[in-house]
This record gives sequence, C-alpha cells and structure tokens, in this order.
Amino acid sequence: MKNMRIFAAGVLAFIALTAFVQTQARKLPSIDVKSTEGKTVSTSKFTNDGKPIVISFWATWCTPCKKELNEIAEVYSDWQKETGVKLIAISIDDSKTSVKVKPYVDSKAWEYEIYLDVNSDFKRAMNVVNVPHTFVLNGSGEIVWETNVYTEGGVEKLHEVIAKVAKGEKIEN
Amino acid sequence: MVRRKIALITASFLLYHSSSAQNNTNPLGEIHGNFEINAQYYNEDTLIGAPPVPEKMLSNAYSNVIYTRGAFTAGIRYESYLNVMQGFDPGYKGAGIAYRFASYTVENLEITVGNYYEQFGSGLVLRAYEEKGLGFDNCFDGVRLKMNPYRGVYLKALVGQQRIYFSKAGLVRGFDGEINFNEFFTGLSEAKTGFILGGSFVSKFQTDDDPALVLPQNVGAWAARFNITRGNFSLYGEYAYKINDPSYDNGYIYKYGDAMLLQANYSKKGLGISLAAKRIDNMSYKSDRDMSGNVLTINYNPVLTKQHTYTTLAMYPYNSQNVGEFCYQADFLYKFRKETPLGGKYGTDVALNFSSAHSLDTTNLNDDTLAMKGYTSDYMKIGDKLYFQDVNIEINKKFSPKLKMTLIYAYQVYNIDILRGKPGYEDIQSHIIVVDVTRKLKDDASIRFQAEHLATQQHNETGDASFAAGLVEWTISEHWFIAAQDVYSYANINPEKSVHYWNATVGYLKGTNRIVLGYGKQRAGIFCVGGVCRYVPASNGITLTVSSSF
Repeated sequence: MKNMRIFAAGVLAFIALTAFVQTQARKLPSIDVKSTEGKTVSTSKFTNDGKPIVISFWATWCTPCKKELNEIAEVYSDWQKETGVKLIAISIDDSKTSVKVKPYVDSKAWEYEIYLDVNSDFKRAMNVVNVPHTFVLNGSGEIVWETNVYTEGGVEKLHEVIAKVAKGEKIEN
Repeated sequence: MVRRKIALITASFLLYHSSSAQNNTNPLGEIHGNFEINAQYYNEDTLIGAPPVPEKMLSNAYSNVIYTRGAFTAGIRYESYLNVMQGFDPGYKGAGIAYRFASYTVENLEITVGNYYEQFGSGLVLRAYEEKGLGFDNCFDGVRLKMNPYRGVYLKALVGQQRIYFSKAGLVRGFDGEINFNEFFTGLSEAKTGFILGGSFVSKFQTDDDPALVLPQNVGAWAARFNITRGNFSLYGEYAYKINDPSYDNGYIYKYGDAMLLQANYSKKGLGISLAAKRIDNMSYKSDRDMSGNVLTINYNPVLTKQHTYTTLAMYPYNSQNVGEFCYQADFLYKFRKETPLGGKYGTDVALNFSSAHSLDTTNLNDDTLAMKGYTSDYMKIGDKLYFQDVNIEINKKFSPKLKMTLIYAYQVYNIDILRGKPGYEDIQSHIIVVDVTRKLKDDASIRFQAEHLATQQHNETGDASFAAGLVEWTISEHWFIAAQDVYSYANINPEKSVHYWNATVGYLKGTNRIVLGYGKQRAGIFCVGGVCRYVPASNGITLTVSSSF
C-alpha cells in the first residue's frame, strides 16, 4: 500500500511537471537519419536561416503521402519565393524499399530535402503513429503546427499555415 | 512493477533537478507522447467462419511518453491487450510497461540503457524494430553505445536480451562500424564518387541443454556492406554469414547460413530505375533456437516485392522465406512530360514493377548423423520452384485540377503450398485490375471511387477464386469522412460461400486526433507488412480506432 501511495504521488507530480513543461515550445530531437547518398545527418541540424520548415513523414508505399507531396511539388517554387519555406521529406521506408526512394523522388522531380529513417528512430522520437504526418516549424525551429491526415484541400491549408508562420503570426492547431 | 515505475519517475526527477545539461530554450525539458487503441466487438458468423468470441469485445492499446531535456531523453510505453484481438499473438495477453529507456549524449558518445531498437546495415544480421499492425516487437533490453570518434566514422556496440510479449529472453551482443570515406578524407569531400564501407558482428548465447545434440552455445554472425554513389547512379551490396545454428526453423541441421543483397538504382528528372537481387540461405537467426514464428528474431530479411495497398493486389502477398529463397525485382518509373501526346496537359506517370521469388537449388546430403549438415546449395543456380511472381503496371493521370485517376494492372503467381503451407492446391495465377478515381468537390471535400477485380481459375483453401471489390469514400471536410466497401467472393467452389464482405466506416480527424468507427465483415486472410505476415481470421462486428499524439 505504501508503495502504491508513493507511486500515486509520483504520477501526480509527473502530471504536474508535464503541464508545466508543456508550456515550453517544442523543438526537434537529435536523431541520426541518412541522406539518399548514405551520409549520416542529425535531425537537430535541420535549419533554414530563420525561415519556416515543413517536415513531412512519408513512404514509397503510402498513396496519400505521395499524393500530398506531388501536389505540393507543383506549387513548391511559388511557396519558396513567397515564404522561404524548406520542405524536408522523411522517408520511413525500411531496407526493403529504401532503395526505391531516390528513383521515385527524381522521377517526380521533387526539390525537397530527402532523408531516410530506415528503422523509424526519428518517427518514434516524434511520436508519429501513421504516415502521412506533417509538422510545421517556425523560424526558431519550434514546432507550431502538425497534422496526420491528407485531404484534397489539405495542401491549401498547409500553405495558409506556412504563410502565417513566415509572417510571425500565431498558429492554432 | 510498481517499484520499477517509481524508480523510473524518481530517476527522471533526479535528472531534472541535478542535471547541469547544456540547454538552449527549454530549461524544464519537454514531454511528448502518443496513444492508439484498436477495439472490436465480435459477432459470430458461421457463413464466413467468424468464431464466437467469449469476451465479445477485445482491444489492443498503447501509449508512449517521452521526456527530453537537452541531451537527456527518457521514455516509457504502456501497452494493454485486454484481451488480445483476434489475429494477434495471444501471448501478449495482459497489460504493463513494455518499453522504457533513458539515453544521454555527451560530446560524441550516446549511451542508452533500457529498451532500444537498432539496425545494422540493411538488417541481415541484426534488426530490432516494431510493427504494431503485426503485433511484432523484438526490441532489446540492455545497453547500447553509439559513437562518432572521428569525422566519417560511426560505431555502435550493444548487449541485450530480447522482448517476447511482456517478458524477455536470450542474450545478444553486437558491434557495427561504418566509415564514410568522403567525410574521413578531407581531400575527398568534394569528390564525385561517394564511398561508404560498413561491417557488423553479432553473437547470441544460449545454453545447450539438449540430451542428444551437441549444440553451439555461442552463435556468431557477421556482415560486410558497401555503398557507392556517383551522379545519378548508386549501388549497395551486403553479404552476411552465420555459423551453424541448429534450430527448430531449419530442422536442427548444422549447416552455415548466408545472405546476399544487391541493390542498384539510376535516376534523373522524370526517370527512375531500381534493380535488386537477394539470396537467402538458412538465415533464421533467433535468440531462442527452439522458437518458431515471428518472435525473438535477431535479423531481418527484406522482402523484394512491391508493397501493395489495394485489397485485391494485396490478397496474395509474398512472405520472406528465411530457410532459403532467391528473389529479384526491377522498378521502372517514367513521367511523360506536360504538353506531349502521352503527357497531356498535366503529364502522365507510369510505374512498371517486376518481382520474382524462387527456391534455391539444393542437394540433400542424407548425412543421417547427429551433426547433419542437411544440404548444400548451388550459388550459380536458381531452384526450380517458383514461390511468387508479380508483374504490374500503374498509370497515374491528372485530367483537370479536380479529377485524378490511377489505373493498375497486375499478373501474380502465388505458391499457396509453400507460402501458406497448404499442399495439394495449385499455384494461384491471377489477373488484377484496379481503377481509382478521385473527384475534388468544393473546399476540402472530395469523393473517391475504387473498383477492383481479381480473376483466377484456381481456388484457395477456403474455396475462394475470383473477387470483385468496390469502394466509395466521401471526404466531407478536413474533419470528417465516410466510406463503404464491398469485397465480393463471387466464384467460391461452394456457391453458398460466395459472400459479400461489406463494411462501412466513419472517421473524425482533428489536429492529431483520429477516431474511426467501422461496422462490417472482414474476410479471413493474410495481413503483411514487408514480408512479415499474420493471419487475420474472419470477423463480423464493430471496430473502433482512436489515435492521438502530442
């Protein structure tokens, strides 16, 4: 019983701490991912000179993910001119399909930064349940918006969010 | 259990108060997590073979909570299987903390204690990962060190036991090193050719308590790999070798095991080509030699077939054969540009895929001794048994900003004897067509129609032959969708078993919350993720999925 009481107290304190720390902005964890050339890169090094960053988790076998990223690809250069945004696409393809990532990206002529998360370490650290899952980071590298669904109008919504973030406006998720 | 939880919480507090970790903007650290529950209410349905479920309702759920402060991270995952859903391993029955870890990075050394996932190279000798949809989790519990002692040099060392359900077993030690020559030699940093070499060594220990056999207690395995990139071209190769490892999976033979994987690709704007080949021979490698199935696996065998998502295309999926297989695959992606005859106004994307899996060419040794080697295999030949083949073409076409279509044709051959262990059935040869049309309505709304047909002369073990399937999915807004699907087995050899497997779902999505409620019938089948499969029994009932992350 005594143990139970200590445990309950611990849990309460933990929850209080959670509430407290949650008011702080969220940043990217430091996890090693690989470039399509096999180079190891830490996710904590993702930067865009004070401009917004979009991090999109996808896979070559995920149809909605590909739809979304192909749709963005058509307007990406406009977005970049307008907001300076950089899109980083994180493939969670494992060793059976990771070889297909670069051919797919090149055949679609995506201009994104592409990294491979072959054993889902970054996905796990970001608490991503399923793909697609998209995060928007402000110029200070803080995560200000996220979504885990793709809809036909989703790309326009993402554009609105990025435009607001680029202007330094507050975002409600 | 309680004491462990207290220890964990206390540890995070102590670290929180005493740690002088360097920090940037979050002096108190951050806490994040996620949650998912899948629950089902089961009705008995004798026609489709859905058994009565005494509990009526079953559910699988988990939640991760991760605390990060500067270079320190700690996390736990609570899992509950009350009771285990149909089609998942009943060994999971129960609830508790299945995963907890703490990790710290100082300079170039990262230390992890507790549970961790890891992969060496492409995983041929070691891969610990989780796949919730399969109920698969072989994470380690122990210690792992990761180090980057010099630029371009990456080292990993680990020791641990492996997870089995809510317990752990075995003893695995591993080391992996990788050198990126273009980072290591400053003179090569701008070189056109990229070159990476890597190597791993893994050893497992298990006492020999067999009264008859003299079993190796330490079983070592090693692997070497390279990665070359130049311009539009890249080549990856890995070879793995395992010493003799008599096990339930290989029939307790004393033969060595080995594996080879080669992957090449070439790509430029509008064009992508990738080729892969793999040879696996006697590579089942488990923490417990007497175990079978998807538990306590140390290594990974990447499947080289296209991962389909449409129902009929995924009806007869390939599962990797660790005892022996020879597989190859080719992909060709091409984009017909805009304003060309085949490209039209928006361009047309074509994807061709071919994959084939075969037996090895083996010769039985008939060395009927206690230390039998079993067989030899010829590296230069492919065996005469076809396990699986898939030739498919996918065309993606946009007709207007509001109308998109996907068209797929596939021809598949499935060896039901080998892949499902059902001797006496002919290989299933099927022609499959899928049409998927999306029409955008106003704002966030859209409607999607999907029609599929699988035509075959053969029937499977439940008598099913050809199938027709249809789906309508209406996305009402960014927050709501409803969908209805029917999969119709219309040519069962037993006419009364020609059944409509229909189901309807409604989903609500907001932020990272996702709630999906469904009702209908699920046909018995094999559900696979990447060559690892589980059998899903037939069911009839209500399903609920809730997931969230913060």
